[in-house]
Amino acid sequence: MIELERYELNEGPAYRFTPDRRDVLKLLGGGLAVFLLLDRDAAAQESGRLRRGGSDMPQDIAAWLHIGPDGAISVYSGKTEVGQNIRTSLTQAVAEELHCSPSSIQMVMADTDLTPYDIGTFGSRTTPFMAPQLRKVGAATRETLLDLAAARMQVDRADLTAADGCVRDTKTNAKLSYSDLTRGEQITKTISADTSLSNPTAWTIAGQPLDKVNAREIVTGRHRYASDFQRPGMLFGRVLRPDSYGARLVSLDAGQTNAQVVRDGEFVGVVAADELAADRALEALKPAWKSEAQRSSSDLFAYLKANVEPEGPAANEHGSVEDALLSADHKLKATYTVAYIAHVPLEPRAAVAEWKDGRLTVWTGTQVPFGVRGELAEAFGLPQDKVRVIVPDTGSGYGGKHTGECAIEAARLAKAAGKPVKLVWTREEEFTWAYFRPAGVIDIRSGVSNAGLLTAWDYHNYNSGPSGLNTPYEAAHQRVQFHPTKSPLRQGSYRGLAATANHFARECHMDELAHTIGMDPLAFRHKNLTNPRMLAVLDAAADRFHARADAPRKGRGVGVSCGFEKGGYVACCAQVIADTTGKVKIERVVISFECGAIVNPLHLENQVEGAAIMAIGGALFEGIEFDNGRLKNGRLSRYRVPRFSDLPIVETVLVNRKDLPSAGAGETPIVGLAPAVGNAIFEATGVRVRSLPMLPALSIGRKLPG
Amino acid sequence: MELNVNGKRFRVDSDPDRSLLFTLRNSLDITGPKYGCGEGQCGACTVLINGRPVRSCITPLRAAAGKSITTIEGLEIDGKLHPHQEAFIHADAMQCGYCTPGMIMSGVALLRDHPTPDDSQIKRSLEGNVCRCGTYPRILAAVRMASQSMTGGARD
Repeated sequence: MIELERYELNEGPAYRFTPDRRDVLKLLGGGLAVFLLLDRDAAAQESGRLRRGGSDMPQDIAAWLHIGPDGAISVYSGKTEVGQNIRTSLTQAVAEELHCSPSSIQMVMADTDLTPYDIGTFGSRTTPFMAPQLRKVGAATRETLLDLAAARMQVDRADLTAADGCVRDTKTNAKLSYSDLTRGEQITKTISADTSLSNPTAWTIAGQPLDKVNAREIVTGRHRYASDFQRPGMLFGRVLRPDSYGARLVSLDAGQTNAQVVRDGEFVGVVAADELAADRALEALKPAWKSEAQRSSSDLFAYLKANVEPEGPAANEHGSVEDALLSADHKLKATYTVAYIAHVPLEPRAAVAEWKDGRLTVWTGTQVPFGVRGELAEAFGLPQDKVRVIVPDTGSGYGGKHTGECAIEAARLAKAAGKPVKLVWTREEEFTWAYFRPAGVIDIRSGVSNAGLLTAWDYHNYNSGPSGLNTPYEAAHQRVQFHPTKSPLRQGSYRGLAATANHFARECHMDELAHTIGMDPLAFRHKNLTNPRMLAVLDAAADRFHARADAPRKGRGVGVSCGFEKGGYVACCAQVIADTTGKVKIERVVISFECGAIVNPLHLENQVEGAAIMAIGGALFEGIEFDNGRLKNGRLSRYRVPRFSDLPIVETVLVNRKDLPSAGAGETPIVGLAPAVGNAIFEATGVRVRSLPMLPALSIGRKLPG
Repeated sequence: MELNVNGKRFRVDSDPDRSLLFTLRNSLDITGPKYGCGEGQCGACTVLINGRPVRSCITPLRAAAGKSITTIEGLEIDGKLHPHQEAFIHADAMQCGYCTPGMIMSGVALLRDHPTPDDSQIKRSLEGNVCRCGTYPRILAAVRMASQSMTGGARD
């Protein structure tokens, strides 16, 4: 089972309601509906037991599929589309089992009134957990249609086959379409989780490259993101923000304004007929703030080490690390740090809220629609069934949109205004008032034999998180521990989360060890790895890289890394041109990835490439700077993100293991780049950079002696 | 003030200092151009004014009044996609798609002046457009593809 992210909230739902499954069919209006019952495992993974936002839908249902009286096939899932292309991959998964064209299927996603409860879209869980559930529903629906057809056509069921949305009698060639079969019916069917599924080796729709199903909506600008949404009579809101973290509102002079000013405790917002009037009303407010001294990024890492929480998780320990360190041929000790970074989803938080007949509806971009519904219900003292959250396909998240602040603010303003209100956070608000990927400090002590065997591994992560904490390398004596600390800034999930920090520290340290004993870094990894899946991706990346390697020259370096997280194996080779003035050009990256049976090779390649490119920012230049509770670089003109000029040649090698269950791919490919680049920078410059982002430290490296 | 957007005329009763982006989005319900940063840094709001790409978030209405404005909504004609739009689909040049309208408009502007750009020209002219999902290699391929389709495959 995949661990929940440490930084997820784990509160129980405030309310639970259990209408009958037949109520759902009434809502859907006849036809054939097939429900999948949760199994125990799936319940623990995806149901409402772990997190607030429990459903008013039947509690025991994981997913359902409906073929309407008009033959329209709709598949219902509480997952959200944020650019990871699950609307497409889930469509393929269902079409594969249902034996119909992907274009005949409509995915209904992330609407708390229409879709089954879902814990949220994070942790690379959609492909390993949701896709098999939907496939089971698809398979059971196909079998039900075959039953219906056998009865309707009065033939032996064994003579029937289902293909292309029709059931055909192989003897007579007579056929009935799925809509012929469901028209006028009123059938609900419930299936259990042990429904059998097709084998990936026989896939014809899944496993194939399929264009993004709603690509045309995107390229024409017709797709409506939450921030594009309009309602009749809608007004525009802005919210007053404190001038630093931790500041309290002492007094407020509302100034001269025609806009409505809404004050409720510490919450102050304005509502106006258009965004310009709202901006001006906000500017006219004269607040007085009071704050205590706040933290700064200059003393961040010392602060984290000094503020360890007393009740942290125990160490994962075997053998005797201290003894092994004492007797090691070579010892190494190093500290690595990672800065806070911002997600910078190109669509900032946005919400349109509307109150009608005591019911609240909010259209918003979030990865956790049911969680946000829970937050709204709690904030307004409403039962869950009075709140509906609808999430249009969203302008990305990367783990940054798990919370409902903007939805609550929009709803508060709409309640005061008596009309629908749209609130779109500014980029500065998104930087400042969302949350960051945790910063962290990682201390490593290690021992290695003359022959190149890792003998001791003592590893301590402070604050950054436990994802990707355990080493894949064989070491007889180990102690691996995560130490939660206080965090000066609000922190939360991020694509891959701590796996990026942990892989950076571990893979750079392995490189340092290899250089310490004069061994080739790739050979050193080989010597200490046994997992065949890890070795396979490592070799795949290295082979592709060396098939066309550029000639060595001064200032050019090559680095390698590998890792495992969330069911996926990744390896990365990077080639850089670097010097100690802080100039780094990543010339070429080869990244290999294996996540079991590939569902859509086109979109998998896109995810792997995109993750590697996004990773360039955190590896080289992204880092939040703050001083006394204020961000110094909380806007896009001061916070550099990867652009075209940063683009290396990116080559992906996908390892397809049709014999293994599919794992998610949205996150793990991000972890390999930073250490591969760090190791390449060392080869190019002789400077070992142990902090993310690397550029600032590399520039400082120039001033250090030696 | 009169705005000419995608060949249609609109009367807008707004402050001349109001941004073109929010006028399009909030007054005219033309929401293809996106808000990403409000300071001309991300390119999500890119539209064409008289064929030239501008960042509509930092373009005041008065600078756009009376001129010909083209947004992403203006590229598809009678249900037929612009070659650039086709190319973005075929190259799978998007993930979340939020940057896509701005990317396409910047690409359209580039090909208007340089029908057969090389990769470094494409990268230079799209440097002001951010794709946070990192689909740059595919966007590059899409612009190349659009160039080939619009010029019948000719190269400089």
